[in-house]
Amino acid sequence: MHDSSHRAYWRANLALIARCLGLWFLASFGGGIVFRDALDAFTVLGVPAGFWFAQQGAIWVFLAVLAYYGWASHRLDQKFDVDDD
Amino acid sequence: MTLQTLTYLVVGASFALYIAIALRTRAANTGDFYVAGGGVHPIANGMATAADWMSAASFISMAGLIAFLGYDGSVYLMGWTGGYVLLALLLAPYLRKFGKFTVPDFIGDRYDSSTARLVAVLCLIFVSFTYVAGQMRGVGIVFSRFLEVDLGVGLVIGMAIVFFYAVLGGMKGITYTQVAQYCVLITAYTVPAIFIALQVTGMPLPQLAFGATLPGESVTVLEKLDEVVTELGFRAYTDGAKSTLDVFCVTAALMAGTAGLPHVIVRFFTVPKVSDARRSAFWALTFIAVLYTTAPAVGALARLNLHATLQPGPVTEPAGSLTYAERPSWMKTWEATGLLRFEDKNGDGRIQYYGDTNPAFAAQAEAYGWAGNELTVDPDILVLANPEIAQLPDWVIALIAAGGIAAALSTAAGLLLVISSAVSHDLLRRTFAPELTDKQELRAGRLAAAGAILLAGYLGYNPPGFVAQVVAFAFGLAAASLFPALLLGIFSLRMNAAGAISGMLTGLLFTLGYIVAFKGVFMAPLFPNTADAWLLGISPEGIGALGMVLNFAVALTVSALTAPPSPATRALVENLRIPRGAGDAEAH
Repeated sequence: MHDSSHRAYWRANLALIARCLGLWFLASFGGGIVFRDALDAFTVLGVPAGFWFAQQGAIWVFLAVLAYYGWASHRLDQKFDVDDD
Repeated sequence: MTLQTLTYLVVGASFALYIAIALRTRAANTGDFYVAGGGVHPIANGMATAADWMSAASFISMAGLIAFLGYDGSVYLMGWTGGYVLLALLLAPYLRKFGKFTVPDFIGDRYDSSTARLVAVLCLIFVSFTYVAGQMRGVGIVFSRFLEVDLGVGLVIGMAIVFFYAVLGGMKGITYTQVAQYCVLITAYTVPAIFIALQVTGMPLPQLAFGATLPGESVTVLEKLDEVVTELGFRAYTDGAKSTLDVFCVTAALMAGTAGLPHVIVRFFTVPKVSDARRSAFWALTFIAVLYTTAPAVGALARLNLHATLQPGPVTEPAGSLTYAERPSWMKTWEATGLLRFEDKNGDGRIQYYGDTNPAFAAQAEAYGWAGNELTVDPDILVLANPEIAQLPDWVIALIAAGGIAAALSTAAGLLLVISSAVSHDLLRRTFAPELTDKQELRAGRLAAAGAILLAGYLGYNPPGFVAQVVAFAFGLAAASLFPALLLGIFSLRMNAAGAISGMLTGLLFTLGYIVAFKGVFMAPLFPNTADAWLLGISPEGIGALGMVLNFAVALTVSALTAPPSPATRALVENLRIPRGAGDAEAH
């Protein structure tokens, strides 16, 4: 394994982290805080959408992000042959 | 069987279980003591992390806070779960690859500096003691209410139990005890929640009952709640009093703080592989989400039940509010603890519970003949009183007591362990007494854990505030001190010791200074704790976010102006970034 391959792995890894953090930010700081008032015009499961994101939805999105990250990061490790299996 | 006997039985059975587990999983060496030998399955580790993580604040205080804060309570929900995303994406896999015992270990080695290690130990001790004091206070509340013993006696019992399994079992004992504690606490939390959800809405799942329509009415739970509370002059439940910027900052501080909490990070050192660390974070959040998505429903339904109890008739009629003589028995027992207080201001023998700080409602209240709000309800009691308010069977109430204690003990044990490892490993073995053998270090670790328990007990007896609030400060401090140093240590090859140390100190001192100035820990506050006086309108709970930004700014500036780290450090960081080849977490 040489440096250029490690560098490519790290870049791909950073891109994956950035994607995940984007979702994380949108669901919590976006849906639950900054865009809360606008979203409250809609309802999710009987709750105003902004309020729902702040008290329920953000948590479900976080879980989905971690599930995706667990799967995608492992795939990335295998692609660059740096996995720990 | 009386409720008290039943409570003793349920709590006693849970204690017997923890002790039995501790005896079976005694730590034999420092590896077992600090990181459970590094061989814990990701699902078990996730469960233990969840118990470690969900403290007395999550279990006892959070839903109560949400019930009284409404939308503003969302900061705890998003902050305390969103931090796991940061932890899983930014820290856990890399720190696991690094493969040492403690957080100061990483800081010390990464920055090749014993000063950095000492500063990290200092931050860790500040954060952990602030947090552990909150747990001990939680244990005290549960004991004094349910077992009807003195707060001091309750604390001593709690300390003795933690002492037994943390000191004997170390991380190995704690991990498996925490798995059991998770099961106890999650059952204790969800069973009453399902009962109440079913009772109020006819929908058993609390997550769905949250938005359900009330049977026989055309409004949902939240619409009804908004109507009931505004009628009494309170702020609408779905509205917030905090500014958007403050909500943003408090959430950010709680998230980064979660990721920077040493007792949570160290949990990821106990799994065998890097990919297990990532998987473990997912499992931990899954187990945490069960409680965290239930809590907002518990908060809303409890608030609704509380008002229904206190205001059985219409607000507009004087006879609409409950008479003090007819108050239910749960109110009497909580009055005895001082956490619920009634003062008959207008002398009519009825309980008027309303928003008397709302100027728009003052004239109306006067017209009703009310002379001020007469009932003070400590938010900490709501979850514990909830089954009684909803008149659930006694065994559910006993279960809540066991759950509250499990939540407090599991977190306290995790915290005590990181404090003891900071003392025995980072201070003694790595700094002042490198000649220590593994056996001596293990003994020092046990002694340090014992000392930490005594100090924690003292802090629990003389607490600096109420549980969730005290705990919220620990997050601010962790966010402003440890989180940036850890993050930059992994993601910046250029970051050096001078940058990290000056950043940590700036963040810690700024945040601590701000909190002390407004909240006055051990002294009178310097400024009134109101939004007008706050810097940029950011509350002391949210100031950790600004402290973190300062930490990053100072660290990046100072490191850019000083010499880059050595090639050896560079190699260390490059190695961290590659998952392959993670050995067991080890000593040096």
